[in-house]
Amino acid sequence: MSLPDATVEKPGAERRLTIAKAMSEAIGQEMQRDPSILVMGEDIGKMGGVFGTTTGLFETFGGERVRDTPISETAFIGAAVGMAANGLRPIVELMFVDFFGVCMDAIYNLAAKQSYFSGGKVSCPMVLMTSVGGGYGDAGQHSQCLYATFGHLPGMKVVIPSNAHDAKGLMLSAIRDDNPVIFMFHKALQGMGWLGTVAGSINDTPESEYLVPIGKASIVREGSDVTIVGLGVTVHHALAAARNLAETGIDAEVLDLRTIAPLDRESILASVAKTGRLLVVDDDYLSCGIGAEVIATVCEALPAPLKCPPQRIAHPDIPIPFTPVMEHFLLPDAQKIESRIRAMLGAQR
Amino acid sequence: MSSNHSKRLWMYAQMVKSRYFEDLIKPAYFEGKTPVFNMAKGPLPGEMHLSDGQEPCAVGVCAHLRPDDTITATHRPHHIAIAKGVDLNAMAAEIFGKKDGLAGGRGGHMHLFDPAVNFSCSGIIAQGMGPAVGAAMAAKMRGSDAIAVAFLGEGAANQGAFHESLNLASVWKAPVVFVIEDNSYGISVPKSACTAVASNADRAGGYAMPGHHVSGNDPDAVYAIAGIAIEWARSGSGPSLIEIETSRLEGHFMGDPEGYRPKDEVKRLKERDPIPAYRARLVAEGFEEAELDRAESEARGKVDQAFAFARSNDYPEPKEAFDHVFA
Repeated sequence: MSLPDATVEKPGAERRLTIAKAMSEAIGQEMQRDPSILVMGEDIGKMGGVFGTTTGLFETFGGERVRDTPISETAFIGAAVGMAANGLRPIVELMFVDFFGVCMDAIYNLAAKQSYFSGGKVSCPMVLMTSVGGGYGDAGQHSQCLYATFGHLPGMKVVIPSNAHDAKGLMLSAIRDDNPVIFMFHKALQGMGWLGTVAGSINDTPESEYLVPIGKASIVREGSDVTIVGLGVTVHHALAAARNLAETGIDAEVLDLRTIAPLDRESILASVAKTGRLLVVDDDYLSCGIGAEVIATVCEALPAPLKCPPQRIAHPDIPIPFTPVMEHFLLPDAQKIESRIRAMLGAQR
Repeated sequence: MSSNHSKRLWMYAQMVKSRYFEDLIKPAYFEGKTPVFNMAKGPLPGEMHLSDGQEPCAVGVCAHLRPDDTITATHRPHHIAIAKGVDLNAMAAEIFGKKDGLAGGRGGHMHLFDPAVNFSCSGIIAQGMGPAVGAAMAAKMRGSDAIAVAFLGEGAANQGAFHESLNLASVWKAPVVFVIEDNSYGISVPKSACTAVASNADRAGGYAMPGHHVSGNDPDAVYAIAGIAIEWARSGSGPSLIEIETSRLEGHFMGDPEGYRPKDEVKRLKERDPIPAYRARLVAEGFEEAELDRAESEARGKVDQAFAFARSNDYPEPKEAFDHVFA
């Protein structure tokens, strides 16, 4: 297959940004355009966000529009809902998705239901950005993904970019959306110097404004033998596996979900209809997860049986352990994807 | 040797032990993380929150505690764990992710559990406060005079769980002491920028419990006030709150560039490092240098031993990750 990966630099590209820089650039540009936007969260002011999501915004827009909060998530996320109901467009950061435990009520019972409970009269245009993912030994309260938790609850859109280009476009779409959007960013892709970054996440990111639509997946590698569905960091694992598989003539298609809710079922079905095989890879807990939802989508819709049973790779149903020997044993990676696909095809060929 | 003398010697030794523990963590943490710092690398991956400077809070409180008293601690737990008497070898091994660690490597440095001395800690702000109330109530309901202590940072006083736990403890007259280690920063945000009151001790009044303030990052002062609060709890009078002014001599986590801190602040704080200051006071008040040297060297020896144990201990089998998900 000769098509380039979407995450690989295009010839002539000049603006290779990290996801962190793409996010802060997108927010800054939107704040210039729309005075109703403000940013709140822990350490997002002078510090620029622990994960670099608000770098430079405090200096540009000042403390009225870029507000460090107390460690009071229940209050400031609740306040964001109230702001959003009253003409502002808050962007709120909660440093780790794991921390949502203390403030989930404001998210899934208030933000997510405001439009519905008001019969569409009161919207909730807010963005909640939060880091996800492990793989760097930060243990079980700082390494979770919780994609499916948020994807399960109606009334919120949930996005996760795998690269800087998409991060910027998705952030612009999220800010302009009149619904609460959970903007997840994966720590392994973020481009923080101290955390290590998967190279493919740093890519050509135009300075001009552009939208990546919410609810649209992206085929980042075309192939004919098997569809690998991933999101965030697992897209890069899938691409690495696909490159290795190509050496032995196995032609994998890689689909980057980009949005968890609403799920782009159409693109998934189109790809699997073409390849006849499906592997879903995510780093959230396995059961009741994204993989189950994607596979169910295919089983419900496709009339012909697949060439082999659909498969999923995810973190098993156990808390994320600290010690690297366990954590890396459990997390999805390219090698696990490659061997699963060889097994899937081996059973057929 | 008077009881006061031996308590103070114990407090000094525990402070030294805790600081030396962190001193050995530092180079170990940077192993594998140079020349390019990457938090994922080396024998100690992940975030590492050191307790340098906050030792007086731990020793002044723990000097009053028994093994059957419960502590819930924070993401910055080493000094408290050490002062509570957590098994040092198993604690070090846990931090290195080894098989004979407290949790066989599953928990790591923010999740240290040692039921032998009723110690636990966790990584979410104010999360230990409710469980401390529960532990206190369990002791009360079984007729024991054991108490519970919840350690928290000053940032945690703005969490809902803080206010709910104070109210609940007061309504139930739970034998619990809430100890705020006020190092004046929640990661990068100074207390003054995010807290409506100058002193969190004032908040105790809102929940009808005594509120104490301890200034000076001074182990003797902490010891005196903690004694009052702990006796108050043990004797059945209910909860109280202690706010201790302390100092964070390191970043929030190792590798934190600390651009948010005024220049020279850390230097000034280090000049008031509580450990040499305490030693000087003890010497001035008649402790023999040789006695303090012996206590120091014994404390360091135990830490050396713990690190040697942790280093030489094997990693667990990866598949053991599946154990203990359920009881």
